[in-house]
This record gives sequence, C-alpha cells and structure tokens, in this order.
Amino acid sequence: MSTTDWPLWEVFVRSRRGLSHTHAGSLHAPDAELALRNARDLYTRRGEGVSIWVVPAAAITASSPDEKDPFFEPAADKPYRHPTFYEIPEGVKHL
Amino acid sequence: MATAAAQRTARPEADGARNTAGDPAEYQRVFDAAVAADERIEPRDWMPDAYRATLVRQIAQHAHSEIIGMQPEANWITRAPSLRRKAILMAKVQDEAGHGLYLYSAAETLGTSRDELLDKLHSGRQKYSSIFNYPTLTWADVGAIGWLVDGAAITNQVPLCRCSYGPYARAMVRICKEESFHQRQGYELLLALSQGTPEQHAMAQDAVDRWWWPSLMMFGPPDDESQHSAQSMEWKIKRHSNDELRQRFVDICVPQAESLGLTLPDPDLKWNEERGHHEFGRIDWTEFWEVLKGNGPCNEQRLTQRKRAHDEGAWVREAAAAHAAKHTGATKAAGHETTGAERA
Amino acid sequence: MTATGSATVPVTAALALGDDALVLSHRLGEWAGHAPALEEEVALANIALDLLGQARVLLSLVGDEDELAYLREERSFRNLQLVEQPNGDFAHTIARQLYFSTYQHLLHAELAAGDGPFAPLAAKAVKEVAYHRDHAEQWTRRLGDGTGTSHERMRRACAALWRFTGEMFQPVEGLDVDWAALESRWLESVAEVLDRATLTVPEGPRTGAWSAGAGRQGIHTEPFGRMLAEMQHLHRSHPGASW
Repeated sequence: MSTTDWPLWEVFVRSRRGLSHTHAGSLHAPDAELALRNARDLYTRRGEGVSIWVVPAAAITASSPDEKDPFFEPAADKPYRHPTFYEIPEGVKHL
Repeated sequence: MATAAAQRTARPEADGARNTAGDPAEYQRVFDAAVAADERIEPRDWMPDAYRATLVRQIAQHAHSEIIGMQPEANWITRAPSLRRKAILMAKVQDEAGHGLYLYSAAETLGTSRDELLDKLHSGRQKYSSIFNYPTLTWADVGAIGWLVDGAAITNQVPLCRCSYGPYARAMVRICKEESFHQRQGYELLLALSQGTPEQHAMAQDAVDRWWWPSLMMFGPPDDESQHSAQSMEWKIKRHSNDELRQRFVDICVPQAESLGLTLPDPDLKWNEERGHHEFGRIDWTEFWEVLKGNGPCNEQRLTQRKRAHDEGAWVREAAAAHAAKHTGATKAAGHETTGAERA
Repeated sequence: MTATGSATVPVTAALALGDDALVLSHRLGEWAGHAPALEEEVALANIALDLLGQARVLLSLVGDEDELAYLREERSFRNLQLVEQPNGDFAHTIARQLYFSTYQHLLHAELAAGDGPFAPLAAKAVKEVAYHRDHAEQWTRRLGDGTGTSHERMRRACAALWRFTGEMFQPVEGLDVDWAALESRWLESVAEVLDRATLTVPEGPRTGAWSAGAGRQGIHTEPFGRMLAEMQHLHRSHPGASW
C-alpha cells in the first residue's frame, strides 16, 4: 500500500531451557528491536518462552514444495540410518 | 496420508515455471487428494484460485471481527466495577488484538498484506461479524458477550482447528487455547450478577435477552440459504453446517442458563426427546440481513472508530519506518511482500 | 478512610505508589482499540496490566482495593498529577511513559535494594517497570528521530508534560529514599534518552506555580475529576454489591 508498511518478521520461541527455538508465528515491526519487543508481548504473554529470535521474513530462503521430491525423497530409501534397521538377538542390553 | 503423499509425487515440476506449467488437471487432482486424505494445504502448495479467495475472505473477516470486536468490550474497561474485573477485561481485549494479529498473519501467507486487508475493511469491501454491530449498554453485556458471543465463536472455531489450510488451522489452535478463559470469565461475571442484588440480576437478564438471538445468528444463515457453505465443506475449510453448529450451541446453552438462574428469551424453546435436541423459535433473518447491509445499531460507529484509530496512527507508523530507514539499512530490505518461513 | 493493613506499612506511601499505578493503568486502558498498530495495542495493554497488578497489591496492603479505588473522593487520591494527564496523541502518552517509568524504575530499584516494607513488591515491580522504561525509550527515539511531524509532536509532548515532573521528587512520607540523588539520576537518564532522540531537554519550570500543592497532597488537575467520575460511577451506583 505505502512505503511505510512495516515489514514482516518471523518469530521463534524457546519455550524452556533445553529445548530449541520453534516457529511461533509472525508480526509486523519497523525494525529488529521493536520486532523483538512485540514478539515478547505477543507470543510470550502467558509465559510461553524464555528466549526469542526474530528474523525478517524476507531473509528466509525456503525450499519449494515442488522441489520436495528431489530434496527429501532420496532420504527415504536409506533405512540403515535408523537403529530399527538392525536385528539384535533378544536379551542383549544397552544397545 | 501415505496415499496422498504418493500421489503428490506425481506433481509436474520439472521446468522453472512451477505452479503454472504442466497439466492443471493434475495439480487439481493432487490438491483434491490431499484434502480428501485430511492432509493440510500449506502456503506454497498449488491451490485452486477459488480456494485461495475463499480463505482470504474468511480469514480476513475473522481477523476484522477480532479487532472490531475489541470496541464493544473496551467500551467498559474504564467503568469496570472492580479492579479484578478490570484486569480480566483488559487482558481479554488485549487477546482480541493478538488474535486479530495471528489471523492477519495467516491471511498474509496467501499473498495479501495486512495493509491491503485493513484497507478493504475500512472501505467496506470486506465484512466483520455482524454481532459487533450491537451495542454494549450495561456492564452485564460484557458477561453476555463472554458467555454467548464467545461461546458461539468457540463452537464455530473448534472445528476450524482442523481446517484444511495449515496456517489458518494453526492460528485457530492458538486462539482456541487462549480463548478458553474468555467464555468462562463471561459466565462467572453473569453468575455474580444473577446472584447479586435484584438490580444486578435484572441487568444480567436484560443483557441475555438482548444478546441471545444475535448470538444464534452468528452461525450464519440456514443451510439451504448459505451461499458458500457447500463448497467450503467440500474443501474442509468448514467441517459442520451452520444449522448443525447452531443446534449444538443451543443444546449447550440451555442447561448453562439454568445454572445461571437466567432465562433464554424464547417461548418456543423446548426439549425434543425424540431428536435428542432442543427445539427453538424462528430466528428473525430480516434483522440479520439488515445489520449485515449496514443498518445495525453500531455499524457506522464501529467502522468510524476503527478508521480513526488507523488514520491517527499513521504518523506513528511512518515515524517508526523513517527511523528504521535511517538507522537500520538492512531491515529496510526486509520487505513484507516476499516469502517467509510460514510460506515454506 | 481505611485501617492500616499492617502496622509496618506506611499508608501514605502505599497510597502514593498504588494510586500512581492505578491511575496510569486506567489511562493506558483508554487506548484499547485506538492504538496506532495492532502490535502496539498488545504492548500498551501489557503495561497497563502490570501497573494494575502493582496497584492492587499496594492498595491491598492498606485496605480493600475496591473500596480504595472506587469510594475515595478526588482529594484522597495521592497520585502524581503527571499520571492523570489525558493520553493526548501517542507522543503525549510516550512522553508521560518516559517521565514516569524512568522515575518508577529508579524508585523501585532503590526500594528493592532496601529492607523496608515495600522491598518484596518493588523487587517484582522493578522487572516489569524496566520493560516499560525500555518501551518508552524505544518509542521516544523513533518519534524524536523519525519524521519532521513526529519530531515536532514529540517535542511538544515532552515540553507540555515537563511541568509535572518536579512533583515526582517531593519526599513521600514512609519511603526511605534519597530524593535529591533520585532526581539527578532521573534528569541524567531522561536527558540522555532525549539526546539520542535528537530532542532537547525542555526548558521551563518543573512544577506549577500554585501553592496549594499537587497530587501527593490530593490536589489534582481538571481532567482527573472526569476520569474518576467515569471510573467510579458503576461501582457507586450499586452500593454494597459484589461483582
């Protein structure tokens, strides 16, 4: 609409120590400092977080849904990367 | 789930012009299969134009309702009769601003900016829920809104947590979680009035008398007159019909009203043993359509206040943007129209 | 008016601090639905809720919170005239926030460090108020150093409220505070913020030329009577009712 529209920011919140930041939502803010504060007011007002990241939405490079197959399918046929691939005799412990 | 995923592998994608090249029928088939399998559609997936348009319209209307809906309740913040009630009401109205914000964000994932949406609201090209065109005449109206209006909204919203469009469904999960206190505080407020002095009791009854029918209208026109319903159900944007949800709401409210010691203003309200539901009287749809057309008691006032707040805030938004341009060259480039994590 | 809740809590001080928080919270509550952006609706409401929480704790120390809030006459309120000033435009609200939250932050930090009756409360409040102060500083910078319009609005707001800032450093009975030191730290901090915001410290007196006194003595400004009338009318219309 106008050049004064505030840009969009993506908000990531660490809900408690020991967990990683997860995407909580987005908001508009004129700059990073206010984005962080708005995120605090909006996404942690019920005590949902102990740490916040804000990232300009435009700075995120995303994989395209149409690239999904070349990106992710090759990982599907390598079951030997998962522990359940291996057969271990019953009774063997700590493996 | 697995079958839909498999079907999606058939998506044509080889050339650079994704989403438009290839066979449209194939895109449609992949989309239909995903919806049929109860998978979520995400922002950058291909979707029919009409699906996108329906979502933008519905999410925007929902967002607008949240922010216009702040007004009737904010009307009583400065007059709340106890400090406890004042804190509760402020927190509730604040939540509504937050919910509007979550919903605008969800709409933005479809490629429409918040400013565009606000513009459409301000110019009357997009609607908000007609319920907020009714006035809050007494303190008890704050309770009636919490119990009945939020109650109806929750009945509508809980199924939306499973809506086929991912960002909308996720916004609704957050909103429903946060709103669980809204309805309870309204009920508790009315209970205090109902059990209070005779004047307080009368105030509560009067509020319920005025809000009951408009609340029933919140579920929208009867199924056979609802223009968007059938397609929305097919797309799993909507999961239950208007009449089905309205009936569910009435069945929930009747015993709650009894516990409150208040009556619902419908002489035809009675239990139908055979159907296992309460029968209720005829809704005055003439009023509904009139309010929708703009002739409700507060249409003009609500929109005027909304526009005034926006216009009076323009210099503040401009100042912050100008400051950012001067001091943080980098963030200026962080334009709003490009893609983001939620669009992935 | 009311009995002291505890012999160790000085009533005058509890009312002064409690009324400041109560009245400013009320004013901020008036912004609901009018803020310049949705994000700011949420921010202002957060500050208002913090202040209301502080007010309830403070008033409850010396009586029934609702009786004190709703049944006292204007002359019995001990809040600063600064906090009762109408919201004005966003610049006025931010200038009021800057002046008051800087004061409240410095004051609560000092109370929290001491061992007086307000220490536990101040220890909690100081964290909330640090955020209010930061919010005010952030916005002062953006409005002062934003556009020509915003600079002028912010300049006018800071000047208009300047004459209400002297009252903050009148000693309050029951608070063991070095008021002169508090004042110089306040001046220093506000000057620094204004400077970063490309604004200058307003000239002119910091107190009104009126020997009757000011808010701490129960003498208030015209807008306060209207504010109280609105705030108290419903509660007073139903004597003895519970809500």
